[in-house]
Amino acid sequence: MTDLALILIGSLLVNNFVLAQFLGLCPFMGVTRDYDAALAMGFATAFVLTLSASLSHLAYHGLLVPLGLTYLNIIVFIVIIASAVQLTELFLRSVSPLLHTALGIYLPLITTNCAVLGVALTSLGQSLSFLETVVFSIGAAVGFTLVLVLFAALRERLEGASVPQSFRGAPITLVSAGIMSLAFMGFAGFAD
Amino acid sequence: MSTFSRAAITHNPAWVQLLGLCPLLAVSNNVVNALGLSLASAFVLFGSNCTISMIRAWIPSFARLPCFVLIIATFTTCTVLLLQAFAFDLYLRIALFVQIIVTNCMIVGRIEAFASKQPLAKTILDAAGTACGFAIALLALGAIRELIGHGTLFAGMELLFGPTAASWQLTFNVSEQGLLIATLPPGAFIIAGLALGFGNALLKKFRSRQPSNNREPS
Repeated sequence: MTDLALILIGSLLVNNFVLAQFLGLCPFMGVTRDYDAALAMGFATAFVLTLSASLSHLAYHGLLVPLGLTYLNIIVFIVIIASAVQLTELFLRSVSPLLHTALGIYLPLITTNCAVLGVALTSLGQSLSFLETVVFSIGAAVGFTLVLVLFAALRERLEGASVPQSFRGAPITLVSAGIMSLAFMGFAGFAD
Repeated sequence: MSTFSRAAITHNPAWVQLLGLCPLLAVSNNVVNALGLSLASAFVLFGSNCTISMIRAWIPSFARLPCFVLIIATFTTCTVLLLQAFAFDLYLRIALFVQIIVTNCMIVGRIEAFASKQPLAKTILDAAGTACGFAIALLALGAIRELIGHGTLFAGMELLFGPTAASWQLTFNVSEQGLLIATLPPGAFIIAGLALGFGNALLKKFRSRQPSNNREPS
């Protein structure tokens, strides 16, 4: 049980996928201009990420290893992610049309979010069991959403700040992300 | 030639369009990692762009994105296997980010915007320009971070070029330890932000000196 808790804290805070491992920076820079968009993108990504990391684990150990085709893992994982995105879209459309209109435009972008593929490949590299993979990906997904929402709130305050002309936009966003990453480094040593 | 310089400089994928930011920040902690990933990305970019440009007439437009992604994934798998065969020690350092080239939005973006619509000759120029632009950005950031963080340049080149390259390392004894923060994750964000900001300031100064009729068409 403590092992699972350590994996969760590790992937959520200590090795946060956005701020410590540089995965998923495109949505991090792209959709955090607006708080509501960041929240919607965070939830959509979190769901697809957990689903596709678990499915990738099953496909790798149930299909690729017995067939001796482990070198095809990138191609198989990207197909699984694209299908998970499609399934989520169909599911949302039939169950909650309201949620579908809110998240709809962000869903296709998730396929090219490197955090999703990154979590699947990282959990494979650490040779985790199925349960550990699920916990690891939940931690990564919550960590991604947390950072996205926190950063969106931070950027709203940044809008009112007087920033030198040539630092407006992307440069100051990167610098503030760096300071946030510095704060997350304080978690180092809590797990593994 | 204008296609090349447009893709490499005025529309630099990393600095101007902020595409492929994840690998840019993650593997720029020293020059050899940066060079390894630039070569790997260049191979995938070039291969997938040329392939798609050649078969673009047969790709149905409703299924184009899955086709693009599968072709990119194939070239990425080839790159992974090539690196494992010829530069295994370097591969171990940057393994995750070589595999993640599949989801690099720079590559999908170039294919969607250029290679799927243009003939092969133009696509080759555009792909080479984009690859050069990405390599310039990655190597510049890698050099700055290695210099500040460790006080060295070109350390560990033997991982890519064989044992003779071990003597290429330049050491600048600015301080004994170097400023370690530059090689850690926060340093990547902060240095990239500062570089981009000062780059903007320089560019503006340069532009204001030139007569206004010389402006680039965007």
